[in-house]
Amino acid sequence: MTLTEREEDAFPFFQDYIFAKSAIVLTDEKRYLVETRLAPVVQQANLRCLGDLMRALMRGDRQLETAVVDAMTTNETSWFRDNSPFEALRAHVLPERITANSARRALSIWSAACSTGQEPYSIAMILEAHFPELSGWNVEILATDLSQSALEKARQGRFSSLEINRGLPAAHLLQYFSRDGAHFQINDALKRRVRFQQLNLAQAWPVIPPQDVILLRNVLIYFDAPTRQRILAGVRANLRPGGFLLLGAAETTRELVEGFVPISVARTTVYQLKEI
Amino acid sequence: MRALVVDDSRAMRALLTNILRGIGAEVVQATDGRDALEQLRRTDALPDLVLIDWHMPEMNGLELVKAVRKDPAWKPMTLMMVTTESEHENMVRALLAGADEYLIKPFTPDALLEKLNLLGVPVPEQALAAVTGG
Repeated sequence: MTLTEREEDAFPFFQDYIFAKSAIVLTDEKRYLVETRLAPVVQQANLRCLGDLMRALMRGDRQLETAVVDAMTTNETSWFRDNSPFEALRAHVLPERITANSARRALSIWSAACSTGQEPYSIAMILEAHFPELSGWNVEILATDLSQSALEKARQGRFSSLEINRGLPAAHLLQYFSRDGAHFQINDALKRRVRFQQLNLAQAWPVIPPQDVILLRNVLIYFDAPTRQRILAGVRANLRPGGFLLLGAAETTRELVEGFVPISVARTTVYQLKEI
Repeated sequence: MRALVVDDSRAMRALLTNILRGIGAEVVQATDGRDALEQLRRTDALPDLVLIDWHMPEMNGLELVKAVRKDPAWKPMTLMMVTTESEHENMVRALLAGADEYLIKPFTPDALLEKLNLLGVPVPEQALAAVTGG
């Protein structure tokens, strides 16, 4: 979904609207932020595009107003968000998959709602820092998101100091980034590890190679129950037997499709797809 | 948890102190590196965490880090630079001198809490959940 769908640009409206409601100033380069944050609102309200959302807000829809303000005022994405899922990856999930795949020497990880790239790049840093044995392996990190502009920013790998401050250990900043004016640029080796691709989880998925690990964090909460079920069934179909699913901290297992075994590790829960 | 905030800006000391008190820390303040060292020498209740500005009139943050890391008795203290200084080379110097983490000004309160969480400083679940949306 983009702001200019159907030949209209809703961005100036949202700039004014969000400033009036929350005092947040959205400069032109924050276009991706509006798209990323409001796409789930559009979806949940069964609207088609941000233009529809704009018209609903103009009509004075109070419920949507709250949803929009909430979405726009939530915190930005962090590196190593919530910490413990990444600790679980390092300490349990990746070692187990590396052992399981030692004959094939291949590993696939999918960050299914990657926003501006902090999650897949955090995974890439863990691989670089802790798994030198993967050198010579075919390792792919697939990172997808709904928003083209979020993906564009992710591909550039250029972050402000405010973004860098959010949970990135200083040692990683020094090791994997270089200074570029007022910004920090992620290094090419890390960039090459991640393949970014546009994908709408709520619609039919393109063909995705079988994955060892899928991160589907803080995204299910935006969908209704049938859509959540459909997405989880898709996740199961795209995971290798024995592969792992990681959800967001606030997301429950209640609606998990059958076949997953919850495993408590590093103060979090990961879900392993049963071996057939 | 006990924390020492070292910054020559009164506004910055107040901001950091508020955030830290918000997560239940006992906070004392120092106006520069020399003041901080004197307080550390005098106290019988060492802080667990020291937040350190870089550019200060009497003994800067880097010198303070070096001085603290010289004394083995002070080893358990966690040191975090909180500064506008963001030159790659200087960040490396601070970490090599013994700083454990680095936060670039300006920052949001969430960013500070996330850094504390990274350092293993106990941040109440509630405060962190408000930050991470979890």
